[in-house]
Amino acid sequence: MLRYAVLVMVALVFVGPFLWLLSTALKSGAENIFQYPPELMPRETTLDNFKRVFDALPFFSYFLNSAVVAAITVSCNLILCSLAAYPLARMSFAGKHGIFLVLISTLMLPFQLLMIPLYTIAVTLGLNNSLLGLVIPHACTAFGIFLMRQAFMAIPRQLEESAHLEGVNRLQIWWHVLLPLVKPTLATLAVFTFVGVWGDFLWPLIIIDDQTRFTLPLGVNKLAGAFGKDWRLVAAGAVLSTLPMMIVFLFTQRFFISGALRGAVKG
Amino acid sequence: MKAHRASHEKLHKFVPYAFLAPAMLLIGTFVLLPMISALLISFSEYNMIEAPRLVGLDQYGRLLSDPFFWNALLNSLLYLVVVVPILSFAPIFLSVLVNRRLPGIGVFRGIYYLPVVTSLVVTGLMWKWVYEENGVLNFMLQKLGILQEPIAWLAAPETSLFAVMAVTVWSGMGFYMVIYLAGLQSIPKSLYESADLAGVSRVRQTIFITIPMLKPYIALVSVISSIAAMKVFEEVFIMTNGGPLSQTETMVFFIYQNAFVEFDMGYACAAGIALFTVTLALSIVNLMLTRDGPDAGIGMYR
Repeated sequence: MLRYAVLVMVALVFVGPFLWLLSTALKSGAENIFQYPPELMPRETTLDNFKRVFDALPFFSYFLNSAVVAAITVSCNLILCSLAAYPLARMSFAGKHGIFLVLISTLMLPFQLLMIPLYTIAVTLGLNNSLLGLVIPHACTAFGIFLMRQAFMAIPRQLEESAHLEGVNRLQIWWHVLLPLVKPTLATLAVFTFVGVWGDFLWPLIIIDDQTRFTLPLGVNKLAGAFGKDWRLVAAGAVLSTLPMMIVFLFTQRFFISGALRGAVKG
Repeated sequence: MKAHRASHEKLHKFVPYAFLAPAMLLIGTFVLLPMISALLISFSEYNMIEAPRLVGLDQYGRLLSDPFFWNALLNSLLYLVVVVPILSFAPIFLSVLVNRRLPGIGVFRGIYYLPVVTSLVVTGLMWKWVYEENGVLNFMLQKLGILQEPIAWLAAPETSLFAVMAVTVWSGMGFYMVIYLAGLQSIPKSLYESADLAGVSRVRQTIFITIPMLKPYIALVSVISSIAAMKVFEEVFIMTNGGPLSQTETMVFFIYQNAFVEFDMGYACAAGIALFTVTLALSIVNLMLTRDGPDAGIGMYR
C-alpha cells in the first residue's frame, strides 16, 4: 500500500501539469481561471474552447500536415534503414568499415549546426515551405540503421542460407525472411521516429512560413503568440495537438520500454 | 555455364551497395554535405542574399569578443552542470520504483514516460501556465509555507534559467528511467537475495548494490544528458524567448537567432562549430565509455 502511495505521489508530479492544462481547456469564459485559490475541477465543463481553436486557426489542416509528414517519415525510416542494415549485418564487402565510421560519425553531428546549411540546401531545392522539406533531413538516420542491424544480427544465419541455396535473391530474403522476424524492432523504430517527428519544432520553425503548411507544434506556437493571454484557448490548442500522440502512446507504450531494453543488448 | 556463374558473381558484388545506396545518398546529401558546407560558411560572410564571401577566421574572432556569445556558452554550461547530475541520479530511483511486478505498474511507467513523448512546445506552454505569477505553482508553494510572496518564475532574472532547467529535467526524467530500467535487468538477482537474507533494507540495497552495479549506465546517461543539455532550445524559445535580459539565452538559441532572425549565416555557423566542438568531446567520451557497456544508439537519437 505504501508503495502505491509513493507511486501515485510521483505520478502526480508528471501528470499534474497535464491535468491542469486539461482543466483550463475545459473551463468556460464565465469562470475566472486566475481565481484564488485555483480550482482543478471546472465549475461547468465546456468544449467551447476547442471550438474556438478551430475558429481561430485551421487546426484540422495542421493535424493533416503533421499526420502526412509523420506517415512519410516513419515509412522512409522503416524501409531505408532496414535496407541499409542488411548488408551491414550479413554481407562482407569492400568499404564496409568506412561506411561504419561514416555512420557513427554522423551520430555526433549536431542537427543544430547542420540546420543552417540544410536551410540553404532546402531553399536551393525549392523544398522550403513544403511537407517534403520537413521529411527529408529525418528520412533515414544512422540510429535507425544501427537499430535494425542489431536485430538482423540476432537472426540465425541458417534461415537465410537455406533460402539462398534455393536460389531466392537477396531482396526477397530481406523481405520474406528477415523483415517478418524483426517486426518488434521495426515497431520500436516506428514509434521512436513518430514521437520525434510529431513533436519536432525547430526544423519546421525554420523552413515553414506558409501557414497552410504548418504542423501542429507550429500551430500551437502560433496560437500562443496570437492569443497568449487567453490561456483557455492556448490550453485547448495544446491539448488538441497532444491528443493523437497520447492515443498512439497508449497502444505502443511497451515498444518504448522494450526499445531501450533492446538497445542494451550489444550486437 | 561457367561464364554465367562468373557474371552472376560479379553482379553479386554490387548487391550490398545497392541495399546501402538510398540510405547513403540521403545521409550524404542531408548530413555529410551540410557538415562540410557548415564549415565553409563559418569561414565566410553570408546573408542568403549576396553570394558568400570568404573572411577567414573573422567570424571566430567576432565570437571571442562577443559578450552575448560568452553569455550563451556560459548559460549552456551552467545548464549542463545543474541538469546533468539530477538527470543522472534521480531517474535511478524512478526506475527502482517501477521495477516491480505489481498490478498496474505499467500504467505508472507510462505516466512517468508521458513527458518524453510530449512535444516540447506543449510542455513549454503547459509549464509557462503553471509558472504564472498568480498561477498554480505559486499557490501550492505558498500553501505549503515555502513561499511568502509569489515569484514571477520566468520573468525574474534570478529564477528564469533555473525554472527552464526544471522543465528540461521534468521532461527528460522518464527517458533516463527507461535506460536504467534496462540496466536493472542486468543486475544478478542473487545479490539482492543475499542482501535480503542479511537483513539489509531496501534503501540501503539501492545505495550499495543498485547504484554501483549501474555504473556503466550512469556514465552513459550522464554523457547523453550532457549532450542534450548543450542542445536545449524549445523550452527557452517557448517560455522565455531568451529573456529576461538574455538570462536564458543558450547556445542553440544564440545560433537560431543569428541564423534565422539576423540571417548572419557565417557567424551562426561559427557558433555552431563551437557547439559541435563541445558535443564532439562529449560524444568521444560516450564512445569510450560505451565500447563494452550498453549501446549508445538509442540515447544518441535525442
